[in-house]
Amino acid sequence: MNFLSVQNIHHTYFTKASAATALSDISLTVEEGEFVSLLGPSGCGKTTLLSIISSLLKPTQGTVLLENKPVTTTKNQIGYMLQQDYLFPWKTIEENILLGLKLSKQLNDQTRAKAMSLLEQIGLTGVEKQMPRQLSGGMRQRVALVRTLATEPKLLMLDEPFSALDYQTKLKLEDLVSRTLDEFGKTAILVTHDIGEAIAMSDRVYLLSPSPGRIYKTFTMPDELRKISPFEARNHEAFSSIFQTIWKELESLEREKE
Amino acid sequence: MSEKKNKLELLHRNYIQSLIVEKRWVRFYQAIIFIIFFASWEFSSQKQWIDPLLFSSPSKIWNLFLEKINDGTLVNHIGVTLTETVLGFILGTLLGTILAAILWWSPMISKVLDPYLVILNAMPKVALGPILIVALGPGYPSIIAMGAIISVIITTIVVYTSFKEVDPNYLKVLQTFGASRLQCFKEAILPASFPTIISTLKVNVGLSWVGVIVGEFLVSSRGLGYMIIYGFQVFNFTLVFLSLMIIAVFATIMYQLVELLEKKLIKE
Repeated sequence: MNFLSVQNIHHTYFTKASAATALSDISLTVEEGEFVSLLGPSGCGKTTLLSIISSLLKPTQGTVLLENKPVTTTKNQIGYMLQQDYLFPWKTIEENILLGLKLSKQLNDQTRAKAMSLLEQIGLTGVEKQMPRQLSGGMRQRVALVRTLATEPKLLMLDEPFSALDYQTKLKLEDLVSRTLDEFGKTAILVTHDIGEAIAMSDRVYLLSPSPGRIYKTFTMPDELRKISPFEARNHEAFSSIFQTIWKELESLEREKE
Repeated sequence: MSEKKNKLELLHRNYIQSLIVEKRWVRFYQAIIFIIFFASWEFSSQKQWIDPLLFSSPSKIWNLFLEKINDGTLVNHIGVTLTETVLGFILGTLLGTILAAILWWSPMISKVLDPYLVILNAMPKVALGPILIVALGPGYPSIIAMGAIISVIITTIVVYTSFKEVDPNYLKVLQTFGASRLQCFKEAILPASFPTIISTLKVNVGLSWVGVIVGEFLVSSRGLGYMIIYGFQVFNFTLVFLSLMIIAVFATIMYQLVELLEKKLIKE
Protein backbone atom coordinates (compact mmCIF):
# COMPACT_ATOMS: atom_id res chain seq x y z
CA MET A 1 0.00 0.00 0.00
CA ASN A 2 1.31 3.40 -0.94
CA PHE A 3 1.01 6.39 1.37
CA LEU A 4 -0.04 8.69 -1.44
CA SER A 5 -1.06 7.48 -4.83
CA VAL A 6 -1.93 9.75 -7.70
CA GLN A 7 -3.65 7.83 -10.47
CA ASN A 8 -4.05 8.87 -14.11
CA ILE A 9 -4.70 12.52 -13.51
CA HIS A 10 -5.86 14.54 -16.48
CA HIS A 11 -6.80 18.16 -16.14
CA THR A 12 -8.13 20.62 -18.67
CA TYR A 13 -8.83 24.31 -18.11
CA PHE A 14 -11.84 25.55 -20.02
CA THR A 15 -12.23 29.11 -21.16
CA LYS A 16 -14.60 30.60 -23.70
CA ALA A 17 -11.87 30.67 -26.32
CA SER A 18 -10.10 27.41 -25.66
CA ALA A 19 -9.74 24.18 -23.75
CA ALA A 20 -6.16 23.95 -22.53
CA THR A 21 -4.94 20.64 -21.22
CA ALA A 22 -2.66 21.37 -18.29
CA LEU A 23 -1.97 17.84 -17.13
CA SER A 24 -2.06 14.59 -18.99
CA ASP A 25 -1.89 11.10 -17.55
CA ILE A 26 0.00 11.83 -14.35
CA SER A 27 0.56 8.89 -12.06
CA LEU A 28 2.94 8.83 -9.14
CA THR A 29 3.28 7.39 -5.70
CA VAL A 30 4.90 8.73 -2.55
CA GLU A 31 5.86 6.69 0.49
CA GLU A 32 5.45 7.92 4.04
CA GLY A 33 8.33 10.16 5.14
CA GLU A 34 9.54 10.66 1.60
CA PHE A 35 10.47 14.02 0.11
CA VAL A 36 9.54 14.29 -3.56
CA SER A 37 10.11 17.18 -5.96
CA LEU A 38 8.22 18.16 -9.06
CA LEU A 39 10.67 19.93 -11.32
CA GLY A 40 9.91 21.59 -14.60
CA PRO A 41 9.82 24.76 -16.64
CA SER A 42 7.01 27.22 -15.97
CA GLY A 43 3.69 26.30 -17.51
CA CYS A 44 4.01 22.57 -17.05
CA GLY A 45 1.16 22.41 -14.56
CA LYS A 46 3.19 21.91 -11.37
CA THR A 47 0.98 24.13 -9.25
CA THR A 48 -2.14 22.65 -10.83
CA LEU A 49 -0.96 19.21 -9.80
CA LEU A 50 -0.34 20.36 -6.23
CA SER A 51 -3.80 21.91 -6.07
CA ILE A 52 -5.32 18.65 -7.31
CA ILE A 53 -3.39 16.51 -4.84
CA SER A 54 -4.48 18.76 -1.99
CA SER A 55 -8.09 18.57 -3.28
CA LEU A 56 -8.38 22.34 -3.80
CA LEU A 57 -9.06 21.60 -7.43
CA LYS A 58 -11.11 18.75 -8.86
CA PRO A 59 -9.30 17.05 -11.73
CA THR A 60 -11.10 16.41 -15.00
CA GLN A 61 -10.13 12.78 -14.65
CA GLY A 62 -8.27 10.57 -12.22
CA THR A 63 -8.06 10.01 -8.49
CA VAL A 64 -5.83 10.91 -5.60
CA LEU A 65 -5.67 8.54 -2.65
CA LEU A 66 -4.04 9.27 0.68
CA GLU A 67 -3.72 6.10 2.75
CA ASN A 68 -6.19 4.53 0.32
CA LYS A 69 -8.87 7.17 0.91
CA PRO A 70 -9.79 10.19 -1.20
CA VAL A 71 -8.24 13.43 0.03
CA THR A 72 -10.31 16.22 1.59
CA THR A 73 -9.24 19.55 3.00
CA THR A 74 -11.59 19.33 5.95
CA LYS A 75 -9.57 16.81 7.91
CA ASN A 76 -6.33 18.77 7.96
CA GLN A 77 -4.58 16.09 6.01
CA ILE A 78 -2.72 18.52 3.83
CA GLY A 79 -0.51 21.46 4.68
CA TYR A 80 0.15 23.93 1.90
CA MET A 81 2.97 26.44 1.72
CA LEU A 82 2.85 29.09 -0.98
CA GLN A 83 5.48 31.07 -2.85
CA GLN A 84 5.05 33.93 -0.45
CA ASP A 85 4.26 33.61 3.21
CA TYR A 86 0.72 35.03 2.94
CA LEU A 87 0.62 35.73 6.63
CA PHE A 88 -2.47 37.77 7.39
CA PRO A 89 -1.13 41.29 7.94
CA TRP A 90 -3.88 42.24 10.40
CA LYS A 91 -3.20 39.27 12.67
CA THR A 92 -0.33 38.91 15.11
CA ILE A 93 2.19 36.11 14.58
CA GLU A 94 0.45 34.09 17.27
CA GLU A 95 -2.98 34.49 15.66
CA ASN A 96 -1.49 33.57 12.30
CA ILE A 97 0.06 30.39 13.62
CA LEU A 98 -3.09 29.30 15.42
CA LEU A 99 -5.34 30.05 12.43
CA GLY A 100 -5.47 26.47 11.13
CA LEU A 101 -6.27 25.08 14.57
CA LYS A 102 -8.94 27.71 15.11
CA LEU A 103 -10.62 27.03 11.76
CA SER A 104 -10.74 23.29 12.38
CA LYS A 105 -11.90 23.85 15.98
CA GLN A 106 -8.89 22.04 17.43
CA LEU A 107 -7.61 25.00 19.36
CA ASN A 108 -7.04 24.17 23.01
CA ASP A 109 -4.28 24.72 25.56
CA GLN A 110 -2.43 21.66 24.42
CA THR A 111 -2.39 22.38 20.69
CA ARG A 112 -1.63 26.02 21.41
CA ALA A 113 1.39 25.10 23.51
CA LYS A 114 2.54 22.73 20.82
CA ALA A 115 2.33 25.39 18.12
CA MET A 116 4.23 27.81 20.33
CA SER A 117 6.99 25.32 21.00
CA LEU A 118 7.18 24.71 17.27
CA LEU A 119 7.79 28.41 16.78
CA GLU A 120 10.59 28.20 19.30
CA GLN A 121 12.13 25.16 17.66
CA ILE A 122 12.29 26.97 14.38
CA GLY A 123 14.30 29.73 15.98
CA LEU A 124 11.70 32.43 16.50
CA THR A 125 11.20 33.50 20.09
CA GLY A 126 9.52 36.61 21.39
CA VAL A 127 7.73 37.43 18.14
CA GLU A 128 4.29 36.10 19.13
CA LYS A 129 2.77 39.52 19.70
CA GLN A 130 4.42 41.17 16.70
CA MET A 131 2.75 41.88 13.39
CA PRO A 132 4.03 40.14 10.23
CA ARG A 133 5.34 43.37 8.72
CA GLN A 134 7.81 43.71 11.58
CA LEU A 135 9.55 40.51 10.47
CA SER A 136 11.97 39.91 7.61
CA GLY A 137 11.03 37.82 4.57
CA GLY A 138 12.89 34.75 5.81
CA MET A 139 11.35 34.98 9.27
CA ARG A 140 7.88 35.35 7.77
CA GLN A 141 8.34 32.27 5.64
CA ARG A 142 9.43 30.37 8.76
CA VAL A 143 6.27 31.54 10.53
CA ALA A 144 4.30 30.29 7.52
CA LEU A 145 5.98 26.91 7.93
CA VAL A 146 4.95 26.81 11.58
CA ARG A 147 1.40 27.77 10.60
CA THR A 148 1.36 24.90 8.13
CA LEU A 149 2.80 22.36 10.57
CA ALA A 150 0.63 23.45 13.50
CA THR A 151 -2.36 21.43 12.33
CA GLU A 152 -0.13 18.35 11.99
CA PRO A 153 -0.86 17.58 8.36
CA LYS A 154 0.03 14.17 7.03
CA LEU A 155 1.29 15.54 3.77
CA LEU A 156 3.05 18.81 3.07
CA MET A 157 2.81 20.73 -0.17
CA LEU A 158 5.59 23.19 -0.83
CA ASP A 159 4.78 25.41 -3.79
CA GLU A 160 8.10 27.13 -4.56
CA PRO A 161 8.27 28.36 -0.97
CA PHE A 162 11.82 29.70 -1.30
CA SER A 163 11.52 31.45 -4.64
CA ALA A 164 10.76 34.90 -3.22
CA LEU A 165 13.73 34.90 -0.84
CA ASP A 166 17.29 36.05 -1.34
CA TYR A 167 19.85 33.33 -2.02
CA GLN A 168 21.42 33.17 1.42
CA THR A 169 18.09 33.06 3.24
CA LYS A 170 16.90 30.45 0.79
CA LEU A 171 19.86 28.12 1.51
CA LYS A 172 19.37 28.49 5.26
CA LEU A 173 15.64 27.86 5.03
CA GLU A 174 16.16 24.80 2.86
CA ASP A 175 18.26 23.30 5.63
CA LEU A 176 15.77 24.30 8.29
CA VAL A 177 12.74 22.95 6.45
CA SER A 178 14.51 19.73 5.56
CA ARG A 179 15.63 19.20 9.16
CA THR A 180 12.21 20.03 10.58
CA LEU A 181 10.42 17.67 8.21
CA ASP A 182 12.89 14.91 9.05
CA GLU A 183 12.35 15.42 12.76
CA PHE A 184 8.60 15.14 12.42
CA GLY A 185 8.82 12.40 9.81
CA LYS A 186 6.62 14.36 7.43
CA THR A 187 5.97 13.48 3.83
CA ALA A 188 6.40 16.39 1.46
CA ILE A 189 6.01 17.33 -2.17
CA LEU A 190 8.04 20.29 -3.37
CA VAL A 191 7.33 22.20 -6.55
CA THR A 192 10.32 24.08 -7.92
CA HIS A 193 12.04 25.23 -11.08
CA ASP A 194 15.40 25.27 -9.31
CA ILE A 195 17.30 22.10 -10.25
CA GLY A 196 19.81 22.48 -7.39
CA GLU A 197 17.06 22.85 -4.82
CA ALA A 198 15.26 19.77 -6.09
CA ILE A 199 18.42 17.66 -5.93
CA ALA A 200 19.56 18.95 -2.57
CA MET A 201 16.24 18.47 -0.78
CA SER A 202 14.58 15.45 -2.34
CA ASP A 203 14.65 11.71 -2.23
CA ARG A 204 13.10 11.62 -5.66
CA VAL A 205 12.68 14.14 -8.47
CA TYR A 206 9.93 14.02 -11.07
CA LEU A 207 10.83 15.98 -14.18
CA LEU A 208 7.69 17.32 -15.88
CA SER A 209 7.44 18.32 -19.50
CA PRO A 210 5.24 21.23 -20.51
CA SER A 211 2.05 21.55 -22.58
CA PRO A 212 0.44 19.34 -21.61
CA GLY A 213 2.20 18.57 -18.35
CA ARG A 214 3.30 14.97 -18.09
CA ILE A 215 5.96 13.10 -16.20
CA TYR A 216 8.97 13.03 -18.46
CA LYS A 217 11.56 11.34 -16.27
CA THR A 218 12.05 10.23 -12.69
CA PHE A 219 15.35 10.55 -10.86
CA THR A 220 16.05 8.79 -7.60
CA MET A 221 18.66 10.52 -5.51
CA PRO A 222 21.57 8.41 -4.25
CA ASP A 223 21.67 7.58 -0.55
CA GLU A 224 24.75 9.67 0.15
CA LEU A 225 22.83 12.82 -0.87
CA ARG A 226 19.66 11.93 0.97
CA LYS A 227 21.38 11.51 4.29
CA ILE A 228 23.02 14.93 4.40
CA SER A 229 21.53 18.39 4.67
CA PRO A 230 20.62 20.34 1.51
CA PHE A 231 23.56 22.69 1.99
CA GLU A 232 26.02 19.84 2.30
CA ALA A 233 24.38 18.11 -0.61
CA ARG A 234 25.06 21.08 -2.82
CA ASN A 235 28.78 20.69 -2.08
CA HIS A 236 28.83 16.91 -2.45
CA GLU A 237 30.74 15.45 -5.40
CA ALA A 238 27.71 13.48 -6.58
CA PHE A 239 25.66 16.66 -6.80
CA SER A 240 27.15 18.15 -9.96
CA SER A 241 26.88 15.00 -12.04
CA ILE A 242 23.19 14.65 -11.20
CA PHE A 243 22.77 18.34 -11.91
CA GLN A 244 24.34 17.84 -15.34
CA THR A 245 22.07 14.89 -16.11
CA ILE A 246 18.91 16.76 -15.22
CA TRP A 247 20.16 19.86 -17.02
CA LYS A 248 20.63 17.87 -20.22
CA GLU A 249 17.15 16.40 -19.94
CA LEU A 250 15.69 19.87 -19.54
CA GLU A 251 17.64 21.06 -22.58
CA SER A 252 16.37 18.21 -24.68
CA LEU A 253 12.84 19.03 -23.50
CA GLU A 254 13.23 22.52 -24.84
CA ARG A 255 14.63 21.30 -28.13
CA GLU A 256 11.68 18.98 -28.49
CA LYS A 257 9.33 21.90 -28.04
CA GLU A 258 11.00 23.82 -30.86
CA MET B 1 32.48 57.34 19.77
CA SER B 2 30.29 59.19 22.24
CA GLU B 3 31.08 62.41 20.41
CA LYS B 4 29.72 60.90 17.26
CA LYS B 5 26.61 59.81 19.09
CA ASN B 6 26.11 63.27 20.54
CA LYS B 7 26.37 64.75 17.10
CA LEU B 8 23.77 62.35 15.79
CA GLU B 9 21.42 63.20 18.64
CA LEU B 10 21.90 66.88 17.95
CA LEU B 11 21.06 66.39 14.29
CA HIS B 12 17.96 64.43 15.24
CA ARG B 13 16.87 67.18 17.62
CA ASN B 14 17.38 69.75 14.90
CA TYR B 15 15.30 67.69 12.53
CA ILE B 16 12.44 67.41 15.03
CA GLN B 17 12.71 71.14 15.71
CA SER B 18 12.42 71.89 11.99
CA LEU B 19 9.28 69.73 11.80
CA ILE B 20 7.73 71.65 14.68
CA VAL B 21 8.58 74.99 13.08
CA GLU B 22 7.07 73.89 9.79
CA LYS B 23 3.88 72.78 11.49
CA ARG B 24 3.60 76.10 13.29
CA TRP B 25 3.85 77.97 10.00
CA VAL B 26 1.14 75.81 8.46
CA ARG B 27 -1.17 76.51 11.41
CA PHE B 28 -0.29 80.19 11.22
CA TYR B 29 -1.26 80.50 7.56
CA GLN B 30 -4.44 78.51 8.16
CA ALA B 31 -5.41 80.94 10.92
CA ILE B 32 -4.55 83.91 8.69
CA ILE B 33 -6.86 82.67 5.94
CA PHE B 34 -9.65 82.14 8.49
CA ILE B 35 -9.26 85.60 9.99
CA ILE B 36 -8.92 87.40 6.65
CA PHE B 37 -12.00 85.66 5.27
CA PHE B 38 -14.28 86.51 8.15
CA ALA B 39 -12.82 89.98 8.70
CA SER B 40 -13.27 90.99 5.07
CA TRP B 41 -16.76 89.50 5.06
CA GLU B 42 -17.69 91.52 8.15
CA PHE B 43 -15.97 94.67 6.87
CA SER B 44 -17.45 94.62 3.35
CA SER B 45 -20.87 93.92 4.79
CA GLN B 46 -20.60 96.88 7.18
CA LYS B 47 -19.45 99.12 4.34
CA GLN B 48 -22.32 97.88 2.17
CA TRP B 49 -19.88 96.69 -0.49
CA ILE B 50 -21.89 93.49 -0.56
CA ASP B 51 -25.61 93.37 0.07
CA PRO B 52 -26.00 92.76 3.85
CA LEU B 53 -29.50 91.42 3.32
CA LEU B 54 -28.21 88.73 0.98
CA PHE B 55 -24.80 87.94 2.39
CA SER B 56 -25.43 88.82 6.02
CA SER B 57 -22.31 89.21 8.17
CA PRO B 58 -20.38 87.15 10.73
CA SER B 59 -21.46 89.36 13.60
CA LYS B 60 -25.14 89.02 12.70
CA ILE B 61 -24.77 85.28 12.38
CA TRP B 62 -23.01 85.13 15.75
CA ASN B 63 -25.77 87.19 17.41
CA LEU B 64 -28.45 85.03 15.89
CA PHE B 65 -26.52 81.98 17.07
CA LEU B 66 -26.47 83.25 20.68
CA GLU B 67 -30.13 84.18 20.51
CA LYS B 68 -31.15 80.74 19.14
CA ILE B 69 -28.97 78.97 21.68
CA ASN B 70 -30.59 80.88 24.51
CA ASP B 71 -34.16 80.17 23.47
CA GLY B 72 -33.24 76.50 23.02
CA THR B 73 -34.56 76.07 19.49
CA LEU B 74 -31.14 75.67 17.86
CA VAL B 75 -30.12 72.72 20.03
CA ASN B 76 -33.40 71.10 19.12
CA HIS B 77 -32.84 71.61 15.37
CA ILE B 78 -29.27 70.37 15.55
CA GLY B 79 -30.30 67.33 17.57
CA VAL B 80 -32.93 66.35 15.02
CA THR B 81 -30.70 66.70 11.98
CA LEU B 82 -27.71 65.08 13.64
CA THR B 83 -29.74 62.05 14.69
CA GLU B 84 -31.17 61.66 11.19
CA THR B 85 -27.77 62.03 9.57
CA VAL B 86 -25.95 59.61 11.86
CA LEU B 87 -28.71 57.02 11.49
CA GLY B 88 -28.86 57.44 7.71
CA PHE B 89 -25.08 57.21 7.55
CA ILE B 90 -24.85 54.04 9.62
CA LEU B 91 -27.82 52.45 7.86
CA GLY B 92 -26.48 53.27 4.39
CA THR B 93 -23.00 51.94 5.10
CA LEU B 94 -24.25 48.85 6.89
CA LEU B 95 -26.82 47.96 4.22
CA GLY B 96 -24.27 48.61 1.49
CA THR B 97 -21.72 46.33 3.12
CA ILE B 98 -24.30 43.60 3.72
CA LEU B 99 -25.44 43.83 0.10
CA ALA B 100 -21.81 43.61 -1.00
CA ALA B 101 -21.38 40.52 1.16
CA ILE B 102 -24.43 38.90 -0.45
CA LEU B 103 -23.08 39.68 -3.92
CA TRP B 104 -19.72 38.16 -2.94
CA TRP B 105 -21.43 35.14 -1.46
CA SER B 106 -23.34 34.27 -4.59
CA PRO B 107 -21.70 34.98 -7.96
CA MET B 108 -25.03 34.15 -9.55
CA ILE B 109 -26.88 36.91 -7.70
CA SER B 110 -24.07 39.32 -8.49
CA LYS B 111 -24.28 38.53 -12.21
CA VAL B 112 -28.07 38.91 -12.22
CA LEU B 113 -28.08 42.17 -10.29
CA ASP B 114 -25.18 43.81 -12.11
CA PRO B 115 -27.19 45.96 -14.59
CA TYR B 116 -29.67 47.01 -11.89
CA LEU B 117 -26.87 48.24 -9.67
CA VAL B 118 -25.48 50.28 -12.55
CA ILE B 119 -28.88 51.85 -13.19
CA LEU B 120 -29.56 52.54 -9.51
CA ASN B 121 -26.12 54.05 -9.11
CA ALA B 122 -26.54 56.34 -12.09
CA MET B 123 -29.98 57.52 -11.01
CA PRO B 124 -30.10 60.69 -8.87
CA LYS B 125 -31.35 59.29 -5.56
CA VAL B 126 -32.87 62.58 -4.37
CA ALA B 127 -35.44 62.16 -7.14
CA LEU B 128 -36.81 59.28 -5.07
CA GLY B 129 -37.65 61.78 -2.31
CA PRO B 130 -41.34 62.31 -3.11
CA ILE B 131 -41.94 58.56 -3.38
CA LEU B 132 -40.23 57.92 -0.05
CA ILE B 133 -42.31 60.58 1.63
CA VAL B 134 -45.54 59.10 0.36
CA ALA B 135 -44.43 55.59 1.24
CA LEU B 136 -42.97 56.25 4.70
CA GLY B 137 -44.93 59.32 5.67
CA PRO B 138 -43.60 62.86 6.20
CA GLY B 139 -41.33 62.41 9.21
CA TYR B 140 -38.13 60.92 10.49
CA PRO B 141 -38.34 57.57 8.69
CA SER B 142 -38.44 59.08 5.21
CA ILE B 143 -35.64 61.55 5.99
CA ILE B 144 -33.43 58.82 7.45
CA ALA B 145 -34.24 56.64 4.44
CA MET B 146 -33.16 59.53 2.25
CA GLY B 147 -29.83 59.78 4.09
CA ALA B 148 -29.31 56.04 3.73
CA ILE B 149 -30.47 55.52 0.16
CA ILE B 150 -28.13 58.14 -1.21
CA SER B 151 -25.05 56.19 -0.06
CA VAL B 152 -26.15 52.56 -0.11
CA ILE B 153 -25.63 51.72 -3.78
CA ILE B 154 -22.25 53.36 -4.16
CA THR B 155 -21.14 51.65 -0.93
CA THR B 156 -22.30 48.30 -2.30
CA ILE B 157 -20.38 48.75 -5.54
CA VAL B 158 -17.15 49.98 -3.98
CA VAL B 159 -17.08 47.44 -1.15
CA TYR B 160 -18.01 44.55 -3.45
CA THR B 161 -15.18 45.50 -5.78
CA SER B 162 -12.78 45.46 -2.86
CA PHE B 163 -14.12 42.05 -1.72
CA LYS B 164 -13.38 40.67 -5.16
CA GLU B 165 -9.89 42.12 -5.26
CA VAL B 166 -8.65 40.36 -2.11
CA ASP B 167 -5.61 38.27 -3.03
CA PRO B 168 -6.95 34.77 -3.80
CA ASN B 169 -3.88 33.24 -2.18
CA TYR B 170 -5.21 34.26 1.24
CA LEU B 171 -8.32 32.24 0.43
CA LYS B 172 -6.13 29.37 -0.71
CA VAL B 173 -4.37 29.37 2.65
CA LEU B 174 -7.74 29.24 4.41
CA GLN B 175 -9.09 26.55 2.11
CA THR B 176 -6.15 24.27 2.82
CA PHE B 177 -7.24 24.49 6.45
CA GLY B 178 -10.71 23.40 5.35
CA ALA B 179 -12.31 26.80 5.96
CA SER B 180 -15.96 27.30 5.04
CA ARG B 181 -17.05 30.23 2.90
CA LEU B 182 -18.26 32.06 5.99
CA GLN B 183 -14.89 31.57 7.67
CA CYS B 184 -13.13 32.81 4.52
CA PHE B 185 -15.29 35.91 4.65
CA LYS B 186 -14.65 36.52 8.32
CA GLU B 187 -10.93 35.80 8.35
CA ALA B 188 -9.78 37.23 5.03
CA ILE B 189 -12.33 39.08 2.90
CA LEU B 190 -13.77 41.42 5.50
CA PRO B 191 -10.57 42.42 7.35
CA ALA B 192 -8.70 42.85 4.06
CA SER B 193 -11.42 45.26 2.94
CA PHE B 194 -11.46 47.43 6.07
CA PRO B 195 -9.37 50.18 4.47
CA THR B 196 -11.86 50.41 1.57
CA ILE B 197 -14.85 50.35 3.91
CA ILE B 198 -13.33 53.18 5.94
CA SER B 199 -12.74 55.28 2.85
CA THR B 200 -16.35 54.77 1.75
CA LEU B 201 -17.37 55.85 5.25
CA LYS B 202 -15.55 59.11 4.61
CA VAL B 203 -17.45 59.64 1.37
CA ASN B 204 -20.72 58.63 3.02
CA VAL B 205 -20.38 61.31 5.71
CA GLY B 206 -20.84 63.96 3.02
CA LEU B 207 -23.51 62.00 1.16
CA SER B 208 -25.69 61.43 4.21
CA TRP B 209 -25.71 65.14 4.97
CA VAL B 210 -26.87 65.81 1.43
CA GLY B 211 -29.63 63.20 1.72
CA VAL B 212 -30.89 64.40 5.08
CA ILE B 213 -30.83 68.10 4.20
CA VAL B 214 -32.72 67.43 0.96
CA GLY B 215 -35.17 65.28 2.91
CA GLU B 216 -35.75 68.11 5.35
CA PHE B 217 -36.21 70.54 2.46
CA LEU B 218 -39.04 68.35 1.27
CA VAL B 219 -40.97 67.55 4.41
CA SER B 220 -39.62 68.57 7.72
CA SER B 221 -40.79 71.16 10.20
CA ARG B 222 -37.62 70.81 12.25
CA GLY B 223 -33.90 70.49 11.66
CA LEU B 224 -31.15 72.40 9.93
CA GLY B 225 -32.53 71.74 6.44
CA TYR B 226 -35.82 73.18 7.60
CA MET B 227 -33.97 76.23 8.97
CA ILE B 228 -32.40 76.80 5.55
CA ILE B 229 -35.70 76.50 3.70
CA TYR B 230 -37.48 78.66 6.26
CA GLY B 231 -34.73 81.33 6.13
CA PHE B 232 -34.96 81.30 2.36
CA GLN B 233 -38.75 81.70 2.39
CA VAL B 234 -38.75 84.65 4.77
CA PHE B 235 -35.60 86.12 3.21
CA ASN B 236 -33.63 85.72 6.45
CA PHE B 237 -30.25 84.78 4.99
CA THR B 238 -28.53 85.14 8.32
CA LEU B 239 -30.49 82.07 9.34
CA VAL B 240 -29.39 80.25 6.17
CA PHE B 241 -25.74 81.05 6.82
CA LEU B 242 -26.03 80.02 10.45
CA SER B 243 -27.38 76.61 9.38
CA LEU B 244 -24.64 76.23 6.80
CA MET B 245 -21.92 76.92 9.35
CA ILE B 246 -23.38 74.50 11.85
CA ILE B 247 -23.60 71.82 9.15
CA ALA B 248 -19.97 72.47 8.23
CA VAL B 249 -18.86 72.11 11.84
CA PHE B 250 -20.76 68.89 12.48
CA ALA B 251 -19.83 67.32 9.16
CA THR B 252 -16.19 67.97 10.03
CA ILE B 253 -16.61 66.42 13.48
CA MET B 254 -18.17 63.31 11.92
CA TYR B 255 -15.31 63.08 9.47
CA GLN B 256 -12.77 63.32 12.27
CA LEU B 257 -14.59 60.58 14.18
CA VAL B 258 -14.34 58.32 11.13
CA GLU B 259 -10.61 59.04 10.97
CA LEU B 260 -10.32 58.13 14.62
CA LEU B 261 -12.10 54.86 13.90
CA GLU B 262 -9.70 54.27 11.04
CA LYS B 263 -6.71 54.60 13.34
CA LYS B 264 -8.27 52.15 15.77
CA LEU B 265 -9.25 49.55 13.19
CA ILE B 266 -6.19 49.64 11.00
CA LYS B 267 -3.15 49.36 13.21
CA GLU B 268 -0.54 50.77 10.91
